[in-house]
Amino acid sequence: METRNSIRPRGPVVIDIENITKDYVMGEEVVHALRGVTLQIHRNEYIAIMGPSGSGKSTLMNMLGCLDTPTSGRYEFNGKNVAEMDDDELAAVRNREIGFVFQTFNLLPRSTSLRNVELPLIYAGIEPERRLERATQVLTDVGLGDRIHHKPNELSGGQRQRVAIARALVNGPSIVLADEPTGNLDSKTGEEIMDLLEHLYERGNTIILVTHERDIAAHARRTVHLRDGLIEMDHAGFIPELDLPIAEITST
Amino acid sequence: MKRFFYELSESWKIAAAQMRSNLTRSTLTALGVIIGIIAVTLMGTAVNGISIGFDKSMAVLGDDVLYVTQWPWKPVDDWWNYRDRKKIKTEYAETLNRMIAATPNSNLVIAVPTSNLMRSIKYRGNQVDNVFVLGTTSDFIVTSTIDCTSGRFFNELESRGGVNVVVIGYDVADALFPSESPIDKSVLINGQLFKVVGVNTRQGTFLGLFSWDSMVAMPLAAFNKYFSAKSDSDVRVKLKDKTRLADAKDELTGLMRRVRGLPPEKKDDFSINEQQAFKSTLDPVKNSIAIAGLFITGLSLFVGAIGIMNITFVSVKERTKEIGTRKALGARRRTILLQFLIESTALCLLGGFIGLAFAYLMCFGIGKAFPSFPIHFSVGLVFLSMIVSIFTGLFSGFAPAWTASRLDPVAALRYE
Repeated sequence: METRNSIRPRGPVVIDIENITKDYVMGEEVVHALRGVTLQIHRNEYIAIMGPSGSGKSTLMNMLGCLDTPTSGRYEFNGKNVAEMDDDELAAVRNREIGFVFQTFNLLPRSTSLRNVELPLIYAGIEPERRLERATQVLTDVGLGDRIHHKPNELSGGQRQRVAIARALVNGPSIVLADEPTGNLDSKTGEEIMDLLEHLYERGNTIILVTHERDIAAHARRTVHLRDGLIEMDHAGFIPELDLPIAEITST
Repeated sequence: MKRFFYELSESWKIAAAQMRSNLTRSTLTALGVIIGIIAVTLMGTAVNGISIGFDKSMAVLGDDVLYVTQWPWKPVDDWWNYRDRKKIKTEYAETLNRMIAATPNSNLVIAVPTSNLMRSIKYRGNQVDNVFVLGTTSDFIVTSTIDCTSGRFFNELESRGGVNVVVIGYDVADALFPSESPIDKSVLINGQLFKVVGVNTRQGTFLGLFSWDSMVAMPLAAFNKYFSAKSDSDVRVKLKDKTRLADAKDELTGLMRRVRGLPPEKKDDFSINEQQAFKSTLDPVKNSIAIAGLFITGLSLFVGAIGIMNITFVSVKERTKEIGTRKALGARRRTILLQFLIESTALCLLGGFIGLAFAYLMCFGIGKAFPSFPIHFSVGLVFLSMIVSIFTGLFSGFAPAWTASRLDPVAALRYE
């Protein structure tokens, strides 16, 4: 598979999903949001998950982010079976292994940047001095060293998203899961955020980008297309025109 | 464990920030608890005061004294069995004292006769009606908690000689001698002049229970000289050791049967009472006042608790997305539960503190305005109301906090 995809993973497997499905009961009807998805993500990959709405993109993202568990199938995160974890175990995985970046930033409005970034450290049980040190460090890394005592409403959209990224990074997660990270930003600010993600990737982070915008997905080194709950394509690089026949494209 | 403390301190910070940012809402919600705590605390204070008042009045009787009387000190259904009993005579005291002296290792110390009736008492233009006039011997002081502020109790010489001297209660002294010392003044009782030798220490009255404040005591010999006609008499007997009350009671019963010359087959034709018997008839009254009062005021606190519960539900609903975010960042169910429980508890504690402060001021004010009302604001009550506040908070916060902790993170994140 690796040779056919021409993907050269730089590290061990972080996410290993095999044939997972997810069904939702909506009233009388059962909706099959995922119909059997198999996917492997390695350390220090930069992968975009694309697909139109209703493709199961969000469901897959929730699954990858350990916010939800699959109806069937196998999901191993760093070799640990996530599918059978209870709520608190999942919370611990989210806390330590996954850094979430949301479209709407989801910062706590009445807390300063510093307190927002400290939050995952509190849930991880880190002592106050180290929390302060680490949060300040990460905020400085994303270029907000002079904004640590500002509240979200005193920051621009781009700065808010930087705080959110700092918060996602603060526990040193195995993956950064960014859901439409530029969706609420103008294109220039969006580019800045994408540059920051690029920078993180260069520094060795694993980044999973969920988006429906092609020029955003173009930043990734690998793209997974979802349609109707199945992976339609999984290929290296980005293909601007999907109907263009490209040798490396693999249908699953 | 460490993590738990960090979460705890974080939760307190969030709660404080939450209250600051929703100041009006928090104040209004806390108001319910404030009123509840004021009501409960005031009622607690009143109940406490009533209890102390009872005990104080009870202390007049003495816990080491037995009372030989015609009627028992408890309600009786077969009153006709008691009505025809022979009256208790003051002479019994002397007989009893001889018998006590003759008994080796007696549990009793001394018997003191008392006679009493109600009379008016006058000094110059002032008059006090319905004063409890007590005739007794100088030994009375042994059986009683009575104490003199000024002057003294009458002595043995005056007692035996039947001299016209009186010891007067504080309120009587106050009414007759508003601006001068009563000592050595002569008061008029039943047309006879009596010299005041002592004034009792103020005892305080409560709910019309008996108090020394409104009585006068004089030597029995003098009493018999002027008022023998329609007085009631008892004999009170002091115990050696109040822990051996039952033994003492048996001994006294035996002695009284000998005094009365009762053959073994006859029932006692007198009653022997002690403070405890009186107390046990009053205690249920006291307790039902306390229970009813606290229950009714407790309801107002309950209403306050429902207010808190309601606002916490609103808060959970409003912050659904925040809860989702926190869960995504690794907050466990417990973390969320704790956060909202602490928010509601903080509100209740705040309400509790304010309520307590108000209650304290009100007690202080009532105490100043009505000195006779036995108000008692105790440290125990402060702790109790704080504990009640905390439990109110936990109680009212639990259902919303539980709901919050159970939220599905996916749904919560999507909530707008």
